[in-house]
Amino acid sequence: MESVVFIFSLIDCCALIFLSVYFIITLSDLECDYINARSCCSKLNKWVVPEVIGHAVVTVLMLISLHWFIFLLNLPVATWNIYRYIMVPSGNMGVFDPTEIHNRGQLKSHMKEAMIKLGFHLLCFFMYLYSMILALIND
Amino acid sequence: MSAPAGLPPRPAAAAAAFPPGGPGSSLEAAAPASGAPRCQNGPMQSQMQFPSGYGSHLPNYSAPSGHYSQVPNKAAASHLENQYRASYYPGYYSAPAPNAMAPVGSSMLNAQESHQLYNNAPPHSGGSSDRPVQGAVSSASYLHVSAQQSYSAFDNHYSTSVSSSVASQGFPLNSDHYAMPVVSGAMYPNVSYPPVAAGGVYGQTFTSQSLPAVGQFKETNAFSSQSTSVPHSLQQHVPVGYNTTLSTVSSAQAVQDNLSRNLTGSIPKVNNQINTGGIDSSQPVHSVSQNVPFTKPGAGTSAASAAMSSVRSPAPSLSSKPPSSPSVTQSPELALQEALDSSSTTSSASPVLNNYDALEGGGYPETRSVTSSPVPSPSVLQTSKASKPFGYGYPALQPGYQNATPPTPVQPSNPGHHSGFQHYAQQYPGVNQLSSSLGGLSLQHSQQPESLRPVNLTHDRNILPVSSVPAPVPNLNSDLRKLNCSPDSFRCTLTNIPQTQALLNKAKLPLGLLLHPFRDLTQLPVITSSTIVRCRSCRTYINPFVSFIDQRRWKCNLCYRVNDVPEEFMYNPLTRSYGEPHKRPEVQNSTVEFIASSDYMLRPPQPAVYLFVLDVSHNAVEAGYLTILCQSLLENLDKLPGDSRTRIGFITFDSTVQFYNLQEGLSQPQMLIVSDIDDIFLPTPDSLLVNLHESKELIKDLLNALPNMFTNTRETHSALGPALQAAFKLMSPTGGRISVFQTQLPSLGAGLLHSREDPNQRSSTKVVQHLGPATDFYKKLALDCSGQQTAVDLFLLSSQYSDLASLACMSKYSAGCIYYYPSFHRSHNPAQAEKLQKDLKRYLTRKIGFEAVMRIRCTKGLSIHTFHGNFFVRSTDLLSLANVNPDAGFAVQMSIEESLTDTSLVCFQTALLYTSSKGERRIRVHTLCLPVVSSLSDVYAGADVQAVVCLLANMAVDRSVSSSLADARDALVNAVVDSLAAYMSTASNLQHSMLIAPNSLKLFPLYILALLKQKAFRTGTSTRLDDRVYAMCQMKSQPLVHLMKMIHPNLYRIDKLTDESTIHVNDRVVPQPPLQKLSAEKLTREGAFLMDCGSIFYLWIGKNCDNNFIKDVLGYPNYASVPQKMTQLPEVDAPSSERTRSFISWLRDSRPLSPVLQVIKDENPAKTDFFQHLIEDRTEAAFSYYEFLLNIQQQICK
Repeated sequence: MESVVFIFSLIDCCALIFLSVYFIITLSDLECDYINARSCCSKLNKWVVPEVIGHAVVTVLMLISLHWFIFLLNLPVATWNIYRYIMVPSGNMGVFDPTEIHNRGQLKSHMKEAMIKLGFHLLCFFMYLYSMILALIND
Repeated sequence: MSAPAGLPPRPAAAAAAFPPGGPGSSLEAAAPASGAPRCQNGPMQSQMQFPSGYGSHLPNYSAPSGHYSQVPNKAAASHLENQYRASYYPGYYSAPAPNAMAPVGSSMLNAQESHQLYNNAPPHSGGSSDRPVQGAVSSASYLHVSAQQSYSAFDNHYSTSVSSSVASQGFPLNSDHYAMPVVSGAMYPNVSYPPVAAGGVYGQTFTSQSLPAVGQFKETNAFSSQSTSVPHSLQQHVPVGYNTTLSTVSSAQAVQDNLSRNLTGSIPKVNNQINTGGIDSSQPVHSVSQNVPFTKPGAGTSAASAAMSSVRSPAPSLSSKPPSSPSVTQSPELALQEALDSSSTTSSASPVLNNYDALEGGGYPETRSVTSSPVPSPSVLQTSKASKPFGYGYPALQPGYQNATPPTPVQPSNPGHHSGFQHYAQQYPGVNQLSSSLGGLSLQHSQQPESLRPVNLTHDRNILPVSSVPAPVPNLNSDLRKLNCSPDSFRCTLTNIPQTQALLNKAKLPLGLLLHPFRDLTQLPVITSSTIVRCRSCRTYINPFVSFIDQRRWKCNLCYRVNDVPEEFMYNPLTRSYGEPHKRPEVQNSTVEFIASSDYMLRPPQPAVYLFVLDVSHNAVEAGYLTILCQSLLENLDKLPGDSRTRIGFITFDSTVQFYNLQEGLSQPQMLIVSDIDDIFLPTPDSLLVNLHESKELIKDLLNALPNMFTNTRETHSALGPALQAAFKLMSPTGGRISVFQTQLPSLGAGLLHSREDPNQRSSTKVVQHLGPATDFYKKLALDCSGQQTAVDLFLLSSQYSDLASLACMSKYSAGCIYYYPSFHRSHNPAQAEKLQKDLKRYLTRKIGFEAVMRIRCTKGLSIHTFHGNFFVRSTDLLSLANVNPDAGFAVQMSIEESLTDTSLVCFQTALLYTSSKGERRIRVHTLCLPVVSSLSDVYAGADVQAVVCLLANMAVDRSVSSSLADARDALVNAVVDSLAAYMSTASNLQHSMLIAPNSLKLFPLYILALLKQKAFRTGTSTRLDDRVYAMCQMKSQPLVHLMKMIHPNLYRIDKLTDESTIHVNDRVVPQPPLQKLSAEKLTREGAFLMDCGSIFYLWIGKNCDNNFIKDVLGYPNYASVPQKMTQLPEVDAPSSERTRSFISWLRDSRPLSPVLQVIKDENPAKTDFFQHLIEDRTEAAFSYYEFLLNIQQQICK
């Protein structure tokens, strides 16, 4: 059972890693003027909700399977994701707003955030991998 | 050739000149072709051809014409060249073109025929190719002389260091180099002679030159005669070295004047042919043509006198200056002074000489020149010419160069050529040294004392200047200062840029730019050139602040890359000279406009397309705006900017959307109603936007019928969203402008809004909510529109809350503009009605640019991180502007990413690429240059308080939307506290018990207080949400001048206007009453006061105001009889009335939207509006100015 949880987490984590990489690539494309803000933001906004869900699912899963340490590790990031999604002003077109992304260094902070998440997910990935192997051996 | 001869061929030539690719492309094509001819330009060939060029040019007389002529010289046979000329010509001097074109055209034709241009060029002569006609020959000889002179000048510069001895030989020009431009620049504004001057020179020449010229006159025209006459003058003057030099100088001056004129564009006074269509064309050619009449009479006294004046200035400067010293920093005033002081003798002598010299310039550089020329090193010149036709070395080039110049001689430009030449020579060192020596050196002695003088704010009560606050002048050397961009178009918050971000942080002042790029300009050099010279790595346009490393390379002033000077750029169209890239108009003007080639188009330039989306619900009909709009449209239908392709369409909406089929051929407009607002579609997509000219009658019918069509409507709903969607669909194939008139909250379909305002919260001191949009519908729509090059302009005429915060998004992100008329009613609120009428007039007729993009570049090390204004930021530094209008202002914030220690100057460049209403792709480029400083006190010395305040206002708007109003207010106060505290900590000798500000920032606290009391940011005073949001929108989109009036109105006492300290504007006497403090203490019951709030004038009349004033100015017998709602001043024939009206109209003329005048009596309800603007006074909710200062002081001490 435990191995199943971690296998799922691992897969989910992989997806999140890919998503982070995608965010980084898209944002850096915008930075380099390869794409315009409009298309960049519409691309990214599409994946904000999947990201929130994907991460929330793992977090809840860890809570359910009583892996406290991993749960607590995930909690702040999951909370931040949800908070960020909820706090989007009513007039904005999503977390990434094409009219504001070039202002006040938003692009840079988005980039930074994506980087941090990538690092976090990589950490989680190895943690899940280790836990999974451990669980499989135990089984 | 003679002008008459030239005329007939003109049209054909022009037509032929335009290649299929358009003018721009033709230029490019010409470039390669020109290369070869140029090479041949070397001494021998050039000599041969020059005459032709010379002859052809003479008719034109103007520098520009010279340009053209030169081209033929270079590539005599090349068709392409001809094209080049033609294209260049119209582009540059569009208005005058017709006049000037004739000769050009003819010459072009000639050019096509053969190399024997010169033969053709002097039309009167039937000379063979081998031997030019007599006139031509003579001119050639003159040319030769001039060439020698210039050559010598050149020689001194390059081969040898400039010595004082040179001066005697006519080298003085070199020395003048610096002084000259200054002088001319200084004089130019004051003196309107330029065209005349040119003419004057000619005229003088003629007069002086006597008979031969006359004879020529008879034969052909003045020009040809001049050329012929040249020999005489030559003979007379050549021997005298000194005289010649003088003449050259003076002529140079004249040329410069001419140049400046040419560059600056149209000369309104001389010729009234200013293009209203939005093409600011420079009209040098025209001026030339005007000159002709002067010259013909020969003795034209006025012309002569003008010439004299122009001549004078250069001469004195010449004498005063040592020849060398590129970095001479003589102040323009001084030079001017000297010029004025210069004796009449020099001037009198010089005009003739000038002519002479000019004539000289035009001739062949043949053997004659050697013999006759006084110039020291003629032999060298000759040898170089003979040996190397091509410009190999610099000197080698020169011959060609000189050759090129000859055509100009007759014209004032010729001297320009000479001067330019020397100019050039000096320029190298000058430019190179600029960064090192000139940059910040002058700072210490001039500006610092005054701008850094500590001001004790709590003690000095009268800190307002007498008249308007001037923009600080960057601390550059006078040359750069002259070249720098006008502060009206381009301002930086810190005119001394701190070296590092750390220093900037210490100063606690924001760093940013305030832009007004599309401002209506009276003078704008328009450049048509096949290659627009830009830096290859950062794409910066070449500008006055680049440095020429040598003749062939220039160094970008933004990224420091070394670029090649394209072959074509070596040729100067203004002076018709070759090899002086530094004299090109691009390098002489910080504001220029290029006609762009097809490289700058993604699609063919779009036509002007206007779509009006009109609210016709009950509310709208009741307000009665339709009548005003239709009336304005009918009046201005022919003045709408556009060409034959202009299209127009109308959509009306209430709960349904109505379209109007205006297809040509219909007997009357056809209304098509679409009631399916959830899925809007276009009933007949092809016939809704129709050609304005083909369907004009139908359009007029519709406009006449529209106001009465809906008079009995009972429909109260408003389906704005669907109407906008339909408008977008209609516009998306072409792009253009959508003008939306809305009178209430949209209540149906997509984009419907709900009232969010709680009236009880209007005067809340705590939280102001709903400053941001309620839905992203309008933002998305705006971005869609922006993507399709469509801008949405919003006119909101509502009496209740309409959620402007949401609606404004449609304009904000599509680069539209927003107009708001609170409680608009046609009959109940005549002031608003009048305002709408005036605004509409301006709105409909003002210039417009379509499918525009703007890029702001800055020197490496600086980076822009935030943009303010109405546009969409498409990529990091590219602003997408579907439309650009002359009333739009922009602001950007910058940070210093890399230390600027290795440079002493930084530059900023905005390039606005747009399609004019005539379907031309144009690029308007502004370049601003500022010094870099390393000390904190210098940073404060250069602070531009108005720009700082405007930038802070923009930032505060962002802050209040993204965070909260209270945050924004705190941030504003902190901005003052921090910067003053930082300043006081740097000046250790100050007493810390007092509140001290540097003189440059003495108005800072006052302006911030004014901002805090502005509608946008005030709390505690009842402010309707829409009013507040509108004020915020204006802060983001108004240019600095208008924004400052909004923030801090000007108050004048006008009941005792006197004729003292008046200024004269267009033959009107305008009194200049001093600015009053915005405080009730300044108001007296005995007086009448005018408050200029930018968009509205309040005329407050005290109870005991002098009855004479009321009678004369207001037209009523006494105070009691003045009506409550008075918006006009009657035309009474009394001096006080005249003064008042001329003063008010002078104020009005200075802004695009004519403000409405509101007369306010003591018991008038509008009185509160007036008194709210007295920002130095205490209100229940806000500090007085003094209290505010104390508060700041307290916070600083904390």
